[in-house]
Amino acid sequence: MDRRQFLKTTGLTVAASAAGTFAAPQILRAAEPIRIGLMAPLSGVVAAGGREIVEGFNMYWEERGKKAAGRAVEVIVEDDAGNPDTALQKARRLVEQAKVDFLFGNLLANTGLAVASYVKGNGVPYFIPVIAADDLTQRNRIKNVIRVAGYTASQMPRPLADWALKQGYKRIATISQDYTFGHEQCAGFAQVFTEGGGQIVAQLWNPLNTADFSPYIGQLGDLKIDAVFAMELGADASRFMKQYSDFGLKGRIPLLGAQNFTDQSVIRTLGEECDGIISSAHFAEGSDNPETQKFVKAYSAKYGKMPSLYGFSHYSGAMWVDQVIEQLKGDISNRDVFIDAVLKSQLTNSPLGRPVRFDDYGNPIYDVYIRKVVKNKDGKYWNVPIETYPAVSQFWTYKPEDYLKNPPFSRDNQGIKK
Amino acid sequence: MASLNLVQILNGLTLAALLFIVASGFTLIFGLLRIVNLAHGALYLFGGYIGYSVTLGTGNFVLGLVASMLFVAFLGLIIDQGLLRFVRGFVLREVLLTLGVAFVLNDIALVIWGGDTFSVQIPAMLRGAVRFAGIYYPTYRLFVLGLGILVFIALWLLLNRTRLGALIRAGVDDAEMVEAMGINIRRVFLATSMLGASLAGLGGTIGGAFLTLYPTADSEILVFSLAIVIIGGSGSLVGAAVGALLVGMLNTIGQVMFPELAYFVIFGPMAAILAFRPLGLFGRA
Repeated sequence: MDRRQFLKTTGLTVAASAAGTFAAPQILRAAEPIRIGLMAPLSGVVAAGGREIVEGFNMYWEERGKKAAGRAVEVIVEDDAGNPDTALQKARRLVEQAKVDFLFGNLLANTGLAVASYVKGNGVPYFIPVIAADDLTQRNRIKNVIRVAGYTASQMPRPLADWALKQGYKRIATISQDYTFGHEQCAGFAQVFTEGGGQIVAQLWNPLNTADFSPYIGQLGDLKIDAVFAMELGADASRFMKQYSDFGLKGRIPLLGAQNFTDQSVIRTLGEECDGIISSAHFAEGSDNPETQKFVKAYSAKYGKMPSLYGFSHYSGAMWVDQVIEQLKGDISNRDVFIDAVLKSQLTNSPLGRPVRFDDYGNPIYDVYIRKVVKNKDGKYWNVPIETYPAVSQFWTYKPEDYLKNPPFSRDNQGIKK
Repeated sequence: MASLNLVQILNGLTLAALLFIVASGFTLIFGLLRIVNLAHGALYLFGGYIGYSVTLGTGNFVLGLVASMLFVAFLGLIIDQGLLRFVRGFVLREVLLTLGVAFVLNDIALVIWGGDTFSVQIPAMLRGAVRFAGIYYPTYRLFVLGLGILVFIALWLLLNRTRLGALIRAGVDDAEMVEAMGINIRRVFLATSMLGASLAGLGGTIGGAFLTLYPTADSEILVFSLAIVIIGGSGSLVGAAVGALLVGMLNTIGQVMFPELAYFVIFGPMAAILAFRPLGLFGRA
């Protein structure tokens, strides 16, 4: 059913955009619609997450009657197939042929980086609610690439490391997918944990799409550790949790996860193997905040499932940009003015239920929850906050100037204090 | 560098058991019909999804196994009679056709089940871990190991003790001669297609319970199957078993001891065998 709904909305959007392109020259400048190019992986390995990007984004504009500051809003959806080449080609098409006012979306870091380097040259605003590569708001900032309702990879695991220290965990092993997003998240965790006196006993790196985790889990079982920190997303996350529990490690060694590890997109098809896992994130669908619950109810009613991070981030990202367009009374023709207004703005009334603003480097500062996976009253698993770390920035407690002098995180530079 | 222990050896063996179930179907079709059936991975995944849905609907794992085998055997029948029949003998067309079928099946699966990750529910008696020799090991994986051995014995008996098996073996060696003896080789082809496909379906449900089902699971299992058949030699049951053991163990050893070279550890030996023994360890011209 939700798929049919999705096809219908996408079909309508595509049809509407095609009609719009032909009709455009006859319409007066003032009444011209705002065109947004949304890119998401609708095919390939991360297609499920890509669909939720489109769902969250469309849901916001439908609630607003597809209007911003009185101007009609046209969303043109393109499939980036989770592939940087395709993403670049689609971004070009959206900018050069469909003449969009700004770009939105993408899911995988490599697709986002491809589009970012393209817009670096032409100044088209590009909003990235889920592209988390650290350096986009640190060492290699591009002014027109903005993380509305987004985050940097190493930002979220830091509070979790602090929390782990408070639980008295001394020895932790990490396991992560072997690519930039994983390296950066693990490093954020490892840095705070070792600086607080903890020890990272081992770091395991599995290739993306590891079908059989048993060799890794076998190693984790032998390490005599207090907890495991896991950074897996998508199918790898489901498989890891399942096999962790099959091997009897669940209940013996506590499992901590990066925010995407226990995201709805992963745990909605799982059973008790995900119960009780701790993770940290700015969004928790099980938060008792009335604004959050309102959003979760509306999303569930519309799509028949609870929102994932992808749906939430694009809903909020659309909201953030819409609020700036309202503030500019619909005039976004001057890109510099538009971008400055976004960077100075504050997101209000979002599903988070509290205002969000950017730091001086264009990355949002959030109250970050420590979340636990529990069953709700409908018998579905969701993430419930058990503790809150207020105002967590991408620089944690470090001074940005000092922090940026260090080399960027990589597989070999995990920020571990010896 | 981590060392190997009993858990890791069992991991390699259980993966090998699953790979054997899938690759034995692949090698039968490859050996007899001379078709590199690139749809075999898609049949595996489709069978897994069928097994998942039936198990979820009926709550019966065995029913899920049987349903996936029957349904995928039926798919094998359609592919053989509805498509491959028209291009018989043209190797390139056959291979391209099976590749096309793989794409179509995967897209149908994406439409029906979506892109989320599913795992087949297993009965309560197979859940959890057993404790022996000082280690915990998942009961289900031991079950997979047992089933792999059972499938090997059943296939060995089928091939060596029945008339159909004799025909298949004869067909692998010389299909034209079998036809000249007055046997309808097409029927043998068809039976082999269905048998091979049903093994892929069985593998899908078995594997779907511990490796989970997701888009692209098909190509991963297909690549492993190809490696096994190349190492073992096409059409050889013993070759498939030895190939599966090698690939399963090498995969585990590779991931534990040389994580950076995980794929090389499998495909390096495969390339060597291709270079020095092009027909595989147990293949015959």
